[in-house]
Amino acid sequence: MEWFVGGLLLLAFSGVPGLFAAREGGGAEKLACLMVCSGAACGTWAVLGVLAAGAPLSLELPWAIPGGALALHVDALAAVFLLPLFLVAATGSLYGLVYWPQRDHPENGRKFRLFYGLIGTGVMLLLSARNSLLFLLAWELMALASFFLITTEEHQSEAREAGFIYLIATHTGTLALFAMFALLEQAAGSLLFPGAGSLALKGGQATAIFLLALFGFGLKAGLVPLHIWLPGAHAAAPSHASALLSGVMIKTGIYGLVRLTSFFAEIPPWWGATLLALGILSGILGVALALAQHDIKRLLAYHSVENIGIIALGLVMALLGRSYGVETLVVLGLAGALLHVANHGLFKSLLFLSAGAVIHATGTREIDRYGGLLKRQPWTGALFLGGAVAISGLPPFNGFISEWLLYLGAFGAAQAKGPGPTAALLVAPALALIGALALACFVKVFGVTFLGAPRSPQAQAAHEAPPLMLAPMLALLLACAWIGLLPQTLAPLLEQAVGLWSAAPGASAGLGAPLAPLGWVSALAWTLLLALCLGVWWLRRRAKGAASAETWGCGFARPSARMQYTASSFADFLVRLLRFGLWSKRHGAEVRGLHPAPQHFASHTPDLVLDGGLRPAFAGTAWLFRRLRSLIQNGLSACYLLYVALTLIVLLLLFSVT
Amino acid sequence: MTAHLLVHLLVLLLFAPLLPGVITRTKARFAGRRGAPLLQPYYDLLRLWRKGFVLSRTTTWVFSAGPVVALVVPILAALLLPFGALPAPLSFEGDLILFVYLFALARFFTVAAALDTGSSFEGMGAAREVTFACLAEPTLMFALLVLAKLSGGLSLGTLFGTHLPASWGGAAGPALGLILVCLFVVLLVENSRIPFDDPNTHLELTMIHEVMVLDHSGPAFGMILYGAALKLMVLGSMLVRLALPWNSGVWFLDLLIYLGGLLLLAVLIGVVESIMARLRLVRVPQVLIGTSLVSVFALVLVLR
Repeated sequence: MEWFVGGLLLLAFSGVPGLFAAREGGGAEKLACLMVCSGAACGTWAVLGVLAAGAPLSLELPWAIPGGALALHVDALAAVFLLPLFLVAATGSLYGLVYWPQRDHPENGRKFRLFYGLIGTGVMLLLSARNSLLFLLAWELMALASFFLITTEEHQSEAREAGFIYLIATHTGTLALFAMFALLEQAAGSLLFPGAGSLALKGGQATAIFLLALFGFGLKAGLVPLHIWLPGAHAAAPSHASALLSGVMIKTGIYGLVRLTSFFAEIPPWWGATLLALGILSGILGVALALAQHDIKRLLAYHSVENIGIIALGLVMALLGRSYGVETLVVLGLAGALLHVANHGLFKSLLFLSAGAVIHATGTREIDRYGGLLKRQPWTGALFLGGAVAISGLPPFNGFISEWLLYLGAFGAAQAKGPGPTAALLVAPALALIGALALACFVKVFGVTFLGAPRSPQAQAAHEAPPLMLAPMLALLLACAWIGLLPQTLAPLLEQAVGLWSAAPGASAGLGAPLAPLGWVSALAWTLLLALCLGVWWLRRRAKGAASAETWGCGFARPSARMQYTASSFADFLVRLLRFGLWSKRHGAEVRGLHPAPQHFASHTPDLVLDGGLRPAFAGTAWLFRRLRSLIQNGLSACYLLYVALTLIVLLLLFSVT
Repeated sequence: MTAHLLVHLLVLLLFAPLLPGVITRTKARFAGRRGAPLLQPYYDLLRLWRKGFVLSRTTTWVFSAGPVVALVVPILAALLLPFGALPAPLSFEGDLILFVYLFALARFFTVAAALDTGSSFEGMGAAREVTFACLAEPTLMFALLVLAKLSGGLSLGTLFGTHLPASWGGAAGPALGLILVCLFVVLLVENSRIPFDDPNTHLELTMIHEVMVLDHSGPAFGMILYGAALKLMVLGSMLVRLALPWNSGVWFLDLLIYLGGLLLLAVLIGVVESIMARLRLVRVPQVLIGTSLVSVFALVLVLR
């Protein structure tokens, strides 16, 4: 526990020395990076100790605040969320040394580092809290720190707006959580979290707790339709902060849902069914909206919505498994969901960091202004490709392993006899559609960004990222490859975590051979990787000295880079197929005649919930109240006297009645 | 085990190029021509193997990765699939998902290689390929769910196991029939056949898969053609096993049934290509959504 608390403190104070250092000085940022990295190392050491011993760490200190002790508790379930946090925070801070150096950002570098450390502390504290009050404190610490990370570039109106929306969203969620924890305290009789499966609650109270939690935690996780704050916020923050926000911070919502559902002794089937609908909606709408984006960071942010949907589908299967008492569904569903939490933390951070390297080199976030970057940034491109393959859920990387576990669960549910969890089999086709759309989206991003010919002078002049930016990305890619190639090494961790969640003792049925033969997948992944490397190496050798020519342009002698398919045109067919859910807007006239006049064409896709629902609703409410105010506050003294008289009459009536 | 693996691979590698030959021949016969020799695909592969390359100046190593993946993936996937009554050399619970995702990996790299050339035509083909794949994937998943439900296992070996004749005869017969139709459509889409794609036109605008590989030449193009033949054989094996599910017990006879079934399938594809025109592009999604619904219906029949 000393190591864990030490890591907590190191992270918390990592930005403090910088506050006293010179504005342009570089020493403080190195010190902050060192503190973050050593804090992460301490934390990792503590968590690995937990996993090796198989027993949780706990710490209880007396607390002046009413409502129990200051209780910290690190177990395997928290470890799944903690390990990616440490890796992402450490790699991000190293990356930040070059990406966001103090001398280039004297006005916000110090602020950024202070809150970068604090958000890490907030997440660590939240994941280890055993006390509702402590949990909420950590939740607020994390929420406020991430607000300041989002508004790092507060001189830009876009960042201010994203931060504002985030602040409203997170505090609405916190409000629901306050109510939820108050109800939970009534039910459990203490502010300390009850043990797994110990809460025999039924009826209205359980329903209220679940719905409030779904709202509060779902808002943080970014489940559709509660994802409104997510795309803007992740796009506005600096890339390594986006990695932390998207890879780690939003998973605290998932953690909350997982932890909360573990308390209950019985899970009504409709909980799973509700989450199933939200999960499928998030998955499909998230990836569809991602496909329609032109901004690389917004695109990646929408993919977080999609991946949260996938994680929710895993949780759905675990919940349905609990409701119907199907042990294998619990194990496969929750193990898949938890592994996907870790996986998404790794590959999404990798993608955000490599997108940052591209933005650093070209100075724009518009995908359609890139092109041909693989020749100028070979390392960044290869690393991004790794991340793209991983997030599309393709072997031999880690995304495949978690999705595979979910598929196994869904197919298993199809075979269950009787009125069991049949709904869970919907997960398989939903995942297939989400996976195919994600593939389309990432092959689009990779192809348009790194392949073909440069589409703009900035892309033409791009340069490779410095080694200090590449090394953190490489570390993340290696972690992805490790999970993909040696998944059996993670099975013990997942088994422990599932055992903690599941109420029945001895429920942590082995994730191994009969249920999920990870060894086979690992062997085939190695074969695939080796065969591909060998094949490419051979073909490249054979192609040495090959004739080189212009791309075949079907008769055009001088192809230009502007003739290439862009990100928008690549996705256009799919976006039009999905128009019933996207409402993309297209501006521009058709090209007609033999000698058409110059035409402009533009398309953009608004966010259905935020731009289509909430903004008009809020604007309408504001308009209504403005009208009411001008009606009531009309400046006529006679009216004001009338109000006074009316108030007096009402008061008199009230008193005369009582 | 090793001998089994070798036989499996030999059958796959030697027999696969015959299938496109049979299809071409059938189409020629339908058109009243004599057609190219049945072994023409083998000659083509040999010729391409010896040729040199021309590489576009815009391309990178990703361009070479496309053909390699297109060749490696069907070979690996074939190891998971039983050939008729001959069991799969590698079989474990959940290999059916790996099977599907291996082909997704191949699609990723083929499309990436197409985008690497920077040609507008290849970009167009790439965009269409991923769009159709999105629509075909749920159909495939529903079909696999039906088969998994009937067999009680999660490996391709069990899915296409010995229970199939009984299932055809039992209550699941209609569902299997529907699945067979859906899988045939998926086969046509995945192998870029008429009515979904036209490999033979000379207009790049009307092609999908062929236009994506327009810039490949020499051995790389040979690898693509060979990979396509292997893919046709691997995906066709599923259909053949579903339609001809008999086990004689004698491995040689089983092999003959299986290979004969594949040839029949190739003739069938040739007939379809001869009597149908290519669908309009906007109709393709409608057909694929239709097959998804049909496969859902089959699933409902099985779950009922």
